[in-house]
Amino acid sequence: MRQRKPSLGVLPGATANGLDDRLTLAAPLRRLFNKVFPDHWSFLLGEIALYSFIVLLLTGTFLALFFEPSMAEVPYQGSYAPLRDITMSKAYASSLHISFDVRGGLFIRQMHHWAALLFMAAIVVHMMRTFFTGAFRKPRELNWMVGVLLFWMGFLEGFCGYSLPDDALSGTGLRIASAIVLSIPIIGTWLSTSLFGGEFPGTVILDRLYIVHVLLVPGVILALIAVHLGLLVKQMHTQWPGPGRTEQNVVGIRMFPGFALKSGGFFMIVFATIALLGGLFQINPIWIFGPYKAAVVSAASQPDWYVMFLDGSTRLMPNWELRFHLLGHAYMIPAIFWPTVVLPGILTILPLVYPFIEARRLKDKQAHHLLQRPRDVPARSGLGAMAVAFYLVLLISGGNDVIADKFRVSLNAMTWAGRIGLLIVPPLAFFVVYRICLGLQQHDREVLSHGIETGIIRRTPDGRFYEVHQPLGEPDEHGHAELPYAGWTVPKKMNRVGGLIPAVRGFFFPVEAPGEGEDRPEAPVSPAPGRREIGSGPRSGG
Amino acid sequence: MRTGSHGTGRHDPNKFDVDDPALDRFDLVREGARRDGVEIVHYAPRFPVPGTRRERRTVRTIAGLFLFTGLVATAFLVAYIWWPFTYKPGANLNKWYTPVLGITLGLTLLSIGVAVVAWAKQLLPEEVAVQQRHGGASPRDERRLTTATMVNMADELGIKRRPLLRRAALLGLLPVGAVAAAPLIGGLIKDPHHPDVFVTTGWRKNVRLVFEDMTPVRPEDVSVGGQITAFPGIPGGNTNQYADSPILLIHLRSADAAKLRDNLRHIVRNNDVPHPSGTPAIGPAMWGDFVAYSKICTHAGCPASLFEQQTNRLLCPCHQSQFNILDNAFPIFGPATRRLPMLPITVDDEGYLACSSDDGFGVPIGPGFWERP
Repeated sequence: MRQRKPSLGVLPGATANGLDDRLTLAAPLRRLFNKVFPDHWSFLLGEIALYSFIVLLLTGTFLALFFEPSMAEVPYQGSYAPLRDITMSKAYASSLHISFDVRGGLFIRQMHHWAALLFMAAIVVHMMRTFFTGAFRKPRELNWMVGVLLFWMGFLEGFCGYSLPDDALSGTGLRIASAIVLSIPIIGTWLSTSLFGGEFPGTVILDRLYIVHVLLVPGVILALIAVHLGLLVKQMHTQWPGPGRTEQNVVGIRMFPGFALKSGGFFMIVFATIALLGGLFQINPIWIFGPYKAAVVSAASQPDWYVMFLDGSTRLMPNWELRFHLLGHAYMIPAIFWPTVVLPGILTILPLVYPFIEARRLKDKQAHHLLQRPRDVPARSGLGAMAVAFYLVLLISGGNDVIADKFRVSLNAMTWAGRIGLLIVPPLAFFVVYRICLGLQQHDREVLSHGIETGIIRRTPDGRFYEVHQPLGEPDEHGHAELPYAGWTVPKKMNRVGGLIPAVRGFFFPVEAPGEGEDRPEAPVSPAPGRREIGSGPRSGG
Repeated sequence: MRTGSHGTGRHDPNKFDVDDPALDRFDLVREGARRDGVEIVHYAPRFPVPGTRRERRTVRTIAGLFLFTGLVATAFLVAYIWWPFTYKPGANLNKWYTPVLGITLGLTLLSIGVAVVAWAKQLLPEEVAVQQRHGGASPRDERRLTTATMVNMADELGIKRRPLLRRAALLGLLPVGAVAAAPLIGGLIKDPHHPDVFVTTGWRKNVRLVFEDMTPVRPEDVSVGGQITAFPGIPGGNTNQYADSPILLIHLRSADAAKLRDNLRHIVRNNDVPHPSGTPAIGPAMWGDFVAYSKICTHAGCPASLFEQQTNRLLCPCHQSQFNILDNAFPIFGPATRRLPMLPITVDDEGYLACSSDDGFGVPIGPGFWERP
């Protein structure tokens, strides 16, 4: 028999058939391709966090090839002259080595740091989106809880990460962390010596933080992300209300090729942003801070932004130390225990149980797949604003010394402003946001019943002036149309309902005359309504 | 250009013949989607008339972006390999290494991203697909069947019928859980009280005050109104091994020193309560106009080292606790509750400053903890 000439053309088909023979792939693969994703800019926030995490894994692996998590003291011999011959830990020396003597090392290190900042920022904004739109409601409470845990895991991961270089700033952070651990009642001292292998700073803490930073916490984060995405795929994405969108369906585009292509492109854009930040904007210049010495600190010692709110709470806390006698022995709970252990505890538990509290209060047992506009749930939006305000006061207080210095105000005044602000700003935010929500609701209803303000003022024969409204529905004899509110944007400008002719395309020169190749009789409304000029109406009595 | 039929009701895959020659490929695509619960309700090419100027321009732009990607990617590689990068003092080309990498890699990725997104948004057909959700509770019969299966498992094991086995297994396996935790806890655990690391420091009687370079401090090294950071003059005293030992040695102006001496008469050394009898309770802790306080803040352990000479205050830059050095370092603002412990000092026979107390500070320095006396 003559051997058949192998042909490359049949290879893909043959491979696919071979795989299907063995794995029964055809149907599940097609189901994946055809999965529908809804489209809205606010759904991209979580993606930013995911992509930053991928960048963190990539850059972190590079850094791990060069970093030595050792507290053994060596004299620095690298190319950064100002620190040469100074005794420092190997951890700090190798961080300097990465920054100055590894090709592209500083670039990757800065990308790693920026990606971490972006990761946490994206998580926070993504959580706010989820909260304010009610995406955490049944059946997604579990995924919300996973998200809350992801925030704290990212927090821990970030803290371990910036403690590793062992510069003066990270050592100061560790010292404060050791004080926080010490403040825990009963087990504080035991926990502290066990963590540090003796007295602060000891000789093992960096080795331990390193394994936490590169293996334990990233492992947990990866597992949580897998659960987070798995639940997303299983439960399908929420969607905004709109034409044809119900609690029973999801309207959007199929995963392949459209959604995947857009997401892939977005990944590249996030990656590009991190690369630009890492290359152009200096972050954590450890060589300026010098090696960590217990007696050295500088003004404006701030942690990374996501830890700053706890720094703020620590600064604002009054010096209330609890002392008492128990069985003839004196005991105490230091003031630092409340803002750094109890407060984070509360800030973990409250969001974890919030979905259940809200459902219970509203006696809501339904599953929800349509999102709510923040204005339609004023109480929740108010609570969210309260949380954000609380957080912002703490965040600002975390940098109150810098603000006091730059704006030449009293530091003590800043502290007192923070203490008072922490109590009165959140309720104020609740009230203001609640009222804004009601106002927006009212305006929506107004437009639905009276129509859009056209900006055209008409004068009647008897001299009265009134503004012409464009009704959105068929008006009754009083000019009112009782359109129901659909939970989605109400058009409030004439160009939202086709009141303006589409702009001519092209930057300098029109590419094509409007209309050429653009007649789409079926989209978006079929048949497309004819346009007519809206004027001030016929002149009466002219 | 295709539009779907809305709400065709239940879909029956059996009535569809995939080998029907009358069907084109998109009919198969739509059928596949339907079997996955997806109805493609709107599907229209972006450019109904192929080859218009706008279409060609869009394709050209995206192609241009890809070519640009290749260009900046090459630039990145060239810069990465040949640009000088090691640190050199002063303004030089090496300082531009990181920015150049950032710009070239950033532009590379950005142009890929923009090209791919533009491809998806401007060339792929316009599409609206609707997928039915099949979430929520399982059908009632499924629930019942699974519950029965699970209850049956317990029955098969006979946990209910054989209480001895249940208890024995529970009792026997309980320590196994602890076995998993034991090496972790056992390996890490460290007694904080033997030795009492939170109470002891590097200071003993006659231990000299030294500068960071281990040279001993003489009183004349600190000018009036000045302050220095000093360390215990023992091996390793200037390293992080004695992270709780650094002190701040302050040479007070004589009027201020008199004020402090006066205040010290009412205070038991390093105790926060005033002495009840009003008798001089604190020993000779100062030497002349010199006073030494622990540098470790009693709040969170940062060095409380910003010295405000005019107001005689020490400020901790971490959380802004402020201590009045004329009142035995009493905290007057911020979250700190306790004084900075004072180290009794004297001058030894050779004229160097040294610690004068047997037990150093006599109290634990730094942040508070549960069993702190």
